[in-house]
Amino acid sequence: MATKIFKHLQTSVVPLPIENIDTDQIIPARFLKATTRDGFGNNLFRDWRFDNEGNPKQDFVLNHPTYSGKILVAGKNFGCGSSREHAAWAIADYGFDVVVSSFFADIFKGNALNNGLLPIQVSDEFLKKLFEVVFEDANAEVEVDLENQYIRIAKTDDQESFEINPYKKACMTNGYDDIDYILSKKELITEFENK
Amino acid sequence: MSTEKNFNSSSLPPGEGRGGATLFDKIWDAHIVSSNEGFPDVLYIDTHFIHEVTSPQAFDGLRDRGLPVFRPKQTVATADHNVPTWDQHLPIKEELSRYQVDMLTKNCAEFGIELYGLGHPYQGIVHVIGPELGITRPGCTYVCGDSHTSTHGAFGAIAFGIGTSQVEQVMATQCLLQQRPKRMKIEVNGQLQKGVGAKDIILYIISKISAAGGTGYFVEYAGDAIRSLSMEGRMTICNMSIEMGARGGLIAPDQTTIDYVNGREFAPKGEEWDKAAAYWQTLYSDEDAVFDSELYFDAADIEPMITYGTNPGMGIGITQHVPETSSFETKEQGSYANALKYMGLHDDESMLGKPIDYVFIGSCTNSRIEDLREVAAFIKGKQKAENVTVWVVPGSKQVQLQAIEEGLDKVFEAAGFPLREPGCSACLGMNEDKIPAGKYCVSTSNRNFEGRQGPNSRTFLASPLTAAAAAVTGKITDIREFLLSEPEFQELV
Repeated sequence: MATKIFKHLQTSVVPLPIENIDTDQIIPARFLKATTRDGFGNNLFRDWRFDNEGNPKQDFVLNHPTYSGKILVAGKNFGCGSSREHAAWAIADYGFDVVVSSFFADIFKGNALNNGLLPIQVSDEFLKKLFEVVFEDANAEVEVDLENQYIRIAKTDDQESFEINPYKKACMTNGYDDIDYILSKKELITEFENK
Repeated sequence: MSTEKNFNSSSLPPGEGRGGATLFDKIWDAHIVSSNEGFPDVLYIDTHFIHEVTSPQAFDGLRDRGLPVFRPKQTVATADHNVPTWDQHLPIKEELSRYQVDMLTKNCAEFGIELYGLGHPYQGIVHVIGPELGITRPGCTYVCGDSHTSTHGAFGAIAFGIGTSQVEQVMATQCLLQQRPKRMKIEVNGQLQKGVGAKDIILYIISKISAAGGTGYFVEYAGDAIRSLSMEGRMTICNMSIEMGARGGLIAPDQTTIDYVNGREFAPKGEEWDKAAAYWQTLYSDEDAVFDSELYFDAADIEPMITYGTNPGMGIGITQHVPETSSFETKEQGSYANALKYMGLHDDESMLGKPIDYVFIGSCTNSRIEDLREVAAFIKGKQKAENVTVWVVPGSKQVQLQAIEEGLDKVFEAAGFPLREPGCSACLGMNEDKIPAGKYCVSTSNRNFEGRQGPNSRTFLASPLTAAAAAVTGKITDIREFLLSEPEFQELV
């Protein structure tokens, strides 16, 4: 089954310079009760974004009118904690196509890739630069080119290449799906079982 | 009913082990269905555990594709995250929780999967029931849409958590597309102090290497301090591998492992058993095995541990003080200060003596019979502090019944708190058991993230003994103080 295709993007970004953002912050467990994949964006960063009465907290970046865009930029070890794919769904459902950090937790990274959400791991220096530029100019745009595997701060022309598994890259740029791939190996699976 | 199950596809020897291989690689290699340059491996999964939270969208995916569950007999289902731990015979009060659990029942019926749901004698936390039913075995591969699947590695198995798209993948093919992680060895040698247990070992390791220190790795725990642990202790260790970012952790099987599995419901029997047990004894890393990273710790250095912050890497020996913000790199100071603010702690504050409100003994980390026995041995003849609410939640129906059979429920009741019914409970603030905003909980669970146990709740992670000591005194307490004054109890730990 086809998934979302991603190749190239240039937008402003939303900065979240916090380290070790865990999946319980991205989407608290009490919002994991839905049985479909839709609507999780409403509760993205729920307890940082809303107070106990459900009013938006003005000091949180998603409630800040200055910052918008399809790229979320966060501190290192993003997505640590639980395996809940709901975290990737929430970020994608909110409208992000890319998450940039200097380090990602493994399971989150895999979940993001399986949902057309591109996790880009950059160096500490590049991340620092990116935060600096965005805090100086909220409209600063960042270009992401998946086919050529680079990320570029348009304003300063700072650029860095990023790694991605070639198979996962092919999936994202073509909208391929893991299950289709494994199903093409079905004979080998049965063969393995009969060994 | 055990004869129908097929959990055993890889119990046969994979052939001559090659020199210099880690146990992890031996098991991984024995499960490769297909390996192509530039692609992740297609890895065969022996058993797929599922629960109500991360499976509904996967079942929907199968329906959309018009696919069955490929190997329903290698799929085990239970309801644990959403279930109440009191009055389980009544309908679940919370509508969405009830719906999710009902959905699992319907999906399992439609796709031919056996469900150990509420009311079933095998129901419980998925990572507790797999081992206790003899489903979890050495040399096999296990996945589940839950990061603490790493628990099963205690048996010398490859086990790790996956996302829902991957749950669908395994349902559809009994395989998982997965890149081989790097291998790390963590050795803990030497004698543990009295009052220090498996939970302290793993909290200590994570505090040393940080919540991200194991990312990209699969860990093998070794050394005589690990070897000396019971299976329950080993499960506690492997369970928290994910809290240092590692995908999973395993411990080579030995006689302790074999004795634990022997005789359990779904364990091999008769001739099959002899063959399996003989094979399991061949499962270890070669002496010249190459790891990508090796770490060594001295067991004698480990104190009873407690966390003070908002990730499991933020832990210290219980007699130590909260680290100074200035001791961190400048760019980390903001996050650190936020964590302390959230926890209501300040630089250089003593952890000992900090008043607490709740004690939670349970979760897939510490809810097995051995944990409950240890707590009961300590708590016997004592009373919980008046200001403290204590929840003791068994990991499974079987643990609950065993505890009752041993009279542990009476011990807990006499101390001022009842033994509850099995489930994930206050580990994750998803069911009815939540810690109120601003309250402090000494918890035997695995995560101290902001709001993990309920919005604005504050978690101190610790061992069952340290939690029990806090329950009695109403504040963070060094269990070793009790050990000095209670020679009888000292015999038990």
